[in-house]
Amino acid sequence: MTAAPVETSPKSSSERGKLARARLLRSLLPALSLVLVLLAIAWLNPRAISYFGFSLMLNLAIPIALATIAQMFVIAGNELDLSIGTFVGFVGCVTATWLKDAPLVGVVILLASIGVYALLGALIYLRNLPSIVVTLGMSFVWQGLAILILPKPGGKAPDWLLSLMAFKPPFVPFPIIAALLIAAVVYFGLMRTSYGVILRGSGGNAAALERAGWSLLRTKIVLFALAGLFGVLSGMALIGITTSADANIGNGYTLLSIAGVILGGGEFVGGRVSPIGAVIGALTLALAASPLLTFMHIPPDWQVAANGAILIIVLAARVLISRRER
Amino acid sequence: MPEASADIVRLDGAEKHFGAVRALAGVDFHVGAGECVGLVGHNGAGKSTLMHMVAGTLVPDSGRIAVRGGIEDNYSVPRAQQLGIRCVFQELSLCPNLSVAENTRINHPALSGFGWRRKAADLIAAKLDEIFPGHSISASDIASDLSIGRRQMVEVARAFTVTQDPLELVILDEPTSSLDAHTAGQLLAFVRRFVASGKSCILISHLLGEVLHNADRIVVMRDGKVVASDAAKAFDRDRLVTTMGGAEAREKIAAEIATQKPETGPLRVRARPARQEDGNELVAHAGEIIGLAGLAGHGQTDLLLAIFAAAARSKTGIEVTAPVALVAGDRQSDGIFAQWSIAQNIGIRSLARLRNGLLISPQREAELATFWQKKIGIRTPDMNNNIFSLSGGNQQKVLFARALGSDAKIVLMDDPMRGVDIGTKLEVYDLVREEASRGRTFLWYTTETEELDNCHHIYVFKNGRIVANLRRDELTEQKIIQSSFGDAA
Repeated sequence: MTAAPVETSPKSSSERGKLARARLLRSLLPALSLVLVLLAIAWLNPRAISYFGFSLMLNLAIPIALATIAQMFVIAGNELDLSIGTFVGFVGCVTATWLKDAPLVGVVILLASIGVYALLGALIYLRNLPSIVVTLGMSFVWQGLAILILPKPGGKAPDWLLSLMAFKPPFVPFPIIAALLIAAVVYFGLMRTSYGVILRGSGGNAAALERAGWSLLRTKIVLFALAGLFGVLSGMALIGITTSADANIGNGYTLLSIAGVILGGGEFVGGRVSPIGAVIGALTLALAASPLLTFMHIPPDWQVAANGAILIIVLAARVLISRRER
Repeated sequence: MPEASADIVRLDGAEKHFGAVRALAGVDFHVGAGECVGLVGHNGAGKSTLMHMVAGTLVPDSGRIAVRGGIEDNYSVPRAQQLGIRCVFQELSLCPNLSVAENTRINHPALSGFGWRRKAADLIAAKLDEIFPGHSISASDIASDLSIGRRQMVEVARAFTVTQDPLELVILDEPTSSLDAHTAGQLLAFVRRFVASGKSCILISHLLGEVLHNADRIVVMRDGKVVASDAAKAFDRDRLVTTMGGAEAREKIAAEIATQKPETGPLRVRARPARQEDGNELVAHAGEIIGLAGLAGHGQTDLLLAIFAAAARSKTGIEVTAPVALVAGDRQSDGIFAQWSIAQNIGIRSLARLRNGLLISPQREAELATFWQKKIGIRTPDMNNNIFSLSGGNQQKVLFARALGSDAKIVLMDDPMRGVDIGTKLEVYDLVREEASRGRTFLWYTTETEELDNCHHIYVFKNGRIVANLRRDELTEQKIIQSSFGDAA
């Protein structure tokens, strides 16, 4: 072999710069879609762009954002959680009953449910089961438990939770502050800490991680436990807003949370997720879900379908950009 | 000098079975301090299995492993790391979604706490500078954005970084398979410096010259056993090849090709690279083997893919007159259907012929598979096994069988011999020449100059353009290097 300098191999630094720009564009896409939805709302109803307008419109964004983060942790490990919606409903029922009447029992139940999530992670890893099947089964378990606790809509949120969710800080509406806080905490935890790298690496190349001596069982358990934790937070936030519970209250959250992660720039496999994007995706979905459509005078009967159409458009735009990245 | 205490690692009677396949049959192996051991053998000879044991990723079925004279009963990856034994595996083991610095963190539990990102970035950047000066890799680059060669550079550099655990022995499994000559030279020079400082290294390579020049001692494996272990000086190329049980030497091929003057058959391919400004173009006739040379990634693969696309839908500047098949170079991502059996992987290019009514005939599929198993010697007890039950070289043979078993008259080869042992290579070379003499056309992109000996005609690429056009008798390595580095015409 003869030695000779090589400066022009493939993917030179300029080409990598192009890739980095494409990735930046993709990471800006969630923010762009949010801005687009906001502009549309401002155009249709300028009065909505105000402190109270945002407080009202983004009210339900907090639980959706928390559920999306929960889903994101599962997706970061190349799995999918189809039970997060009914789990949020179950947590809501516990919050509106046990947590108010017997706080200690309520706390124990909620902690135990996080433990169940951790065990699911262990089961999925140890038995090499498809997470879709396991969590689909669990979704019926959570739903059944929720109905057992609260056969009819009712219950009442604990007072401290009500006052927390009704908090009105000056100048900036509470949902926006909450969203920023959630995004910042999870971004730091997953993207900046040294163990966050291991968690994301388990989705990127599990075999490499194992060879480096890390326990994949542990990463799976941690990811699922975090999903359980954020699912609990989501259910509690939801009940703090709605004040009472219903066993079916969270059912729509499963697909909303998956859509939020993908809308936020995440991918189903490969450990590529973005906490900030996921929160923005959740906000976009919350705004596009009903305020925008109501302002557009779309009858409620058609809103769900219109919602789906918006999702398809945004995701299609994302695919176009991703393709340019290749 | 008492030999036992100077050994970094010693295996006695190591055995390993995978189902019915015996991968290792009682191997004794040791590496001394300050020694570079070259390990050679065909694919499937048991080299990788042996190295997995040294690295702690596989536990031997029987036998003992001792590190620095102490017997290790519960040997594992973390234990190996504590003892200072690292391994760069043949398959790339970076997390594609993480940055270079983050990938470094994965191998160093000590990189944590406040400021770990800075520390990890500095650590890997310093090591890259030391091993590959002028590398142009940034610690913040995402691994999937890097070319396969740069990923390999990162992986090698990562293995040599040190935090809290000591560093005694690094196993390099085909470390240069994706590197070009220059960076490979940088790496091997670094390995020599590393060994000179009293550390140890195991070098596995299919490039025999690399092993002969850089190892102190060479261990040859065949069929799961060590068949020879001697000072590197005691070996030369021919003795190595004979010990490995390789086929005849390459001089014979060169002579054969040189005497063979193929009559010019009908035109098969005429193609102009998209960035070509002058009139140079690639022309291939039936029965010709055309080499695409030059430095890695200078448009050879792009042209092959363009020809492949032009076969399905006509394209300006490219003329293709017969069916085409492609043998992928990056077999894990572009070649193999991971969930399928060996037979299904062979049959996929020939489905039209295997059809019986609307369905695929399992019988015809099996016939095709068995025919090619015999013809190119795919080593497996059952062609219905999953493709991953095969070693890397045998997987590559499957991809050849897929292309050669099809109706394609033109076979495009995208550096397909990456990381394939010399025995398999020589077998495939024979096959290619045989098929060419029957009228098939081969377009062969290769990064190994030796392989160009098999070609009738060579085009040298630079920056996406053809810069030289050589007949076989004009070919010298000097000429290729000259054209690769000279100013583009």
